[in-house]
Amino acid sequence: MALLEVNNLKVSFHTRNGVVKAVDDISFSVNRGETLAIVGESGSGKSVTCYSLLDLLPKPPAVIEGGIAKFDNEDLLTCNAERMRQLRGNHIAMIFQDPMTSLNPFLTIGEQLIEPLIYHPDKTQRLSRKTAQVEAIDLLNEVGIINPTSRFNSYPHEFSGGMRQRVMIAMALINKPRLLICDEPTTALDVTIQAQILKLIKQLQKTRDVAVIFISHDLGVVAGIADKVLVMREGKTQDQNTTQEVFYNSTSDYTKKLLSAIPSGAKIKPSGAQQGSPLIAVNQLKTYFKDFSDSKNKLVKAVDDVSFGIQKGEIFGLVGESGSGKSTLGRSILQLAPITAGSVIYSGTDLGALKASQILPWRPKMQMIFQDPYASLNPRMTVYETLAEPLLYHAIANKQTVTKQVQQLMDDVGLARSSALKYPHEFSGGQRQRIAIGRAIASQPEFIVADEPVSALDVTIQAQILELILSLVDKRNLTMLFISHDLSVVRSICDRVAVMQQGKLVELADTEELWARPQMPYTQELLNAIPTADPKN
Amino acid sequence: MLRFIVSRLLQAIPVLLVVISVTFLLIHSAPGGPFSDEKAVPPEVARALEAQYKLDQPLWQQYVSYLGDVVRGDFGPSFKYSGRTVNELIAAGLPVTAELALYAMLVALFIGISAGVFAAIRPNSLQDYIPMSAAMLGICMPSFLLGPILILIFGIQLEWLPISGWGDIPGDKILPAITLGAGYAAYIARLSRGGMLEVLSQDYIRTARAKGLSERLIILKHGLRGGLIPVIAFLGPAFAGLLGGSFVVETIFQIPGLGRFYVTSAFNRDYTMILGMTIFFAGLIIVFNLLSDLLALWLNPKLRQQTRGGN
Repeated sequence: MALLEVNNLKVSFHTRNGVVKAVDDISFSVNRGETLAIVGESGSGKSVTCYSLLDLLPKPPAVIEGGIAKFDNEDLLTCNAERMRQLRGNHIAMIFQDPMTSLNPFLTIGEQLIEPLIYHPDKTQRLSRKTAQVEAIDLLNEVGIINPTSRFNSYPHEFSGGMRQRVMIAMALINKPRLLICDEPTTALDVTIQAQILKLIKQLQKTRDVAVIFISHDLGVVAGIADKVLVMREGKTQDQNTTQEVFYNSTSDYTKKLLSAIPSGAKIKPSGAQQGSPLIAVNQLKTYFKDFSDSKNKLVKAVDDVSFGIQKGEIFGLVGESGSGKSTLGRSILQLAPITAGSVIYSGTDLGALKASQILPWRPKMQMIFQDPYASLNPRMTVYETLAEPLLYHAIANKQTVTKQVQQLMDDVGLARSSALKYPHEFSGGQRQRIAIGRAIASQPEFIVADEPVSALDVTIQAQILELILSLVDKRNLTMLFISHDLSVVRSICDRVAVMQQGKLVELADTEELWARPQMPYTQELLNAIPTADPKN
Repeated sequence: MLRFIVSRLLQAIPVLLVVISVTFLLIHSAPGGPFSDEKAVPPEVARALEAQYKLDQPLWQQYVSYLGDVVRGDFGPSFKYSGRTVNELIAAGLPVTAELALYAMLVALFIGISAGVFAAIRPNSLQDYIPMSAAMLGICMPSFLLGPILILIFGIQLEWLPISGWGDIPGDKILPAITLGAGYAAYIARLSRGGMLEVLSQDYIRTARAKGLSERLIILKHGLRGGLIPVIAFLGPAFAGLLGGSFVVETIFQIPGLGRFYVTSAFNRDYTMILGMTIFFAGLIIVFNLLSDLLALWLNPKLRQQTRGGN
């Protein structure tokens, strides 16, 4: 019989704006040693499902409306608070998405690790601080923390993201649970670190014989790790089967849509890059920052001696892991970050040599699209105001024509004209990114820096926005620097790709050439780490 | 860390200079003087007095010589308490006021933190509304109202506690400490509620819960450390405020503390006394702010390391 059997789980949130059914009649089971993946886009109810099992939802507003969750024949939904406390951590443990915020910044990781041992709910099983410490150090070693004894008294901020997630995993496993729930455990991590953490979870699962529920929005990640997959959408089950069946023989339209939305393969459209001298030439560009967290005010070499050119009409990809300097490079090109040395030549003009007032006429020609459409739009301006502002400011429109031009822009980026007077919070994430793109193209630019424009979006929305970007580049004759950590996205859209590592440009090649014959070891490592949405791979 | 402290103390010098200059100008531009009583003094006596206290010199000369004295730590002679220096008067009143402020602070911390944490555990319930309404009342109620009410109830009606004096009868320190601390308790309650609410919504509290820790441990060990940072930041200004604001309570309960000197010196145009007390309190505020900043720094491991690196 199954270790965990959930039947007809229903959870809703009672908010001021009415009742929202977050989880609507979900059933699944997990056997000993098995991995179930729960997959869905944001708002699908996948996390709520798992939080309700451990009574971790804030109540109110959450209400469990019905269902049974039998863990070892014991209903998790109706057991009392004391029993729930015994189950948490000891029988069912959990790891979360963001290891920075999920660890207490005020306590050493050692202290946080041994807590489940020294404050065990069952008093007879409590360990002394000393024995707990020995066990914790053993476990830190097992999850791959180097020098666990000396790292025991370090604080969370002294670890990198991947190491923090290893600590979280150790903390979850310390009382030898039988079920481990992982809530998007690799979403906040770089792709190479993600590969390491996935490998670790898989390996620990085998050696420790724990069942795993793996929550993710990323089918590519799931393919390599899950035995069974449950696909959720708006609180309902869309598909549920073995991993092989879900990926190869699914009858669910939604699953098919999810799978087809995953960017894969080469760019279909031919390159629009024109021959001749490049539109933008970056020469030995250096952007250094002072590191104020370091006493010696060491220099952070965010961009370190980078040179390349972007042809007119080209989509130039820039990939790298977090902290590689790719965003700083993008902002340095637009003169939004102070350049330390080197030059940026934009169709013959050295932008770095211009004074602040001289650069103003260049601004409308160079625009930027940011990652987070929630943060980059002014929440107090309607769509109309956001789009009309650059039109009027750059005298592209006058008072008589501005409404018409705003409507034209909204048509171009696929927004309904009727929503012109709405505010950003009234839109979904994808629609908001459409507004941001509309704002960027309003001033009729030639060149756009798109900094992770689809990273905050669900995969089906991501596919739509990528399509929009491609068609706009074509229609409006744009040149684009496309920055992303997601190599599959870059491959599907870019003509050439540059790889950055620690401020340096390590490799630059035509996209398909790079994929087929990566020259540098770092590029090879990056490409190998990409999770593919193919269980056999 | 040492560099941080020294730089903060150096920053205090211009602040103190501005305080001295503004106070000096204000008291000298106020009408009347230390020796202009309703009782007319013979002109030659007045002149002799003014000469004795250098009041006949031009203002800028008085200012410069006063600054010189202050740098040497000498606040000069009091104009009204003849024969005694301002330093002596402050030294005499300070221990009593400091003791009163300390007790008031303990009262404020104990009541404030427990009420705030209690309220934050169940926000927007009766457990939240009742202590927070009481805190609102505490903030609104001035001590000249609270003191007499407490005297009426506990001193006169119930006859539980003495109603005046300091250290004469056992228990006579209780009512003044509560009266002075109540307003601060209320403020601390609101601060700690806010801080705790913020911390209790953090992801790491969810992690602690998922580990199977008891609610008590989650709040006391994982919550308080971050939740009380706003309170700690407030401690410095609060303690300085308690020291400087004890005048009303000292008057109600007949306590021989500093606060009374401060207010009477203003009425008396006791120039050196006003200046001396103002500089003294300004210094206290600067020192206590620094202390509470250091405490907050020490509680945050990330900041602790950065400033340690600055050594």
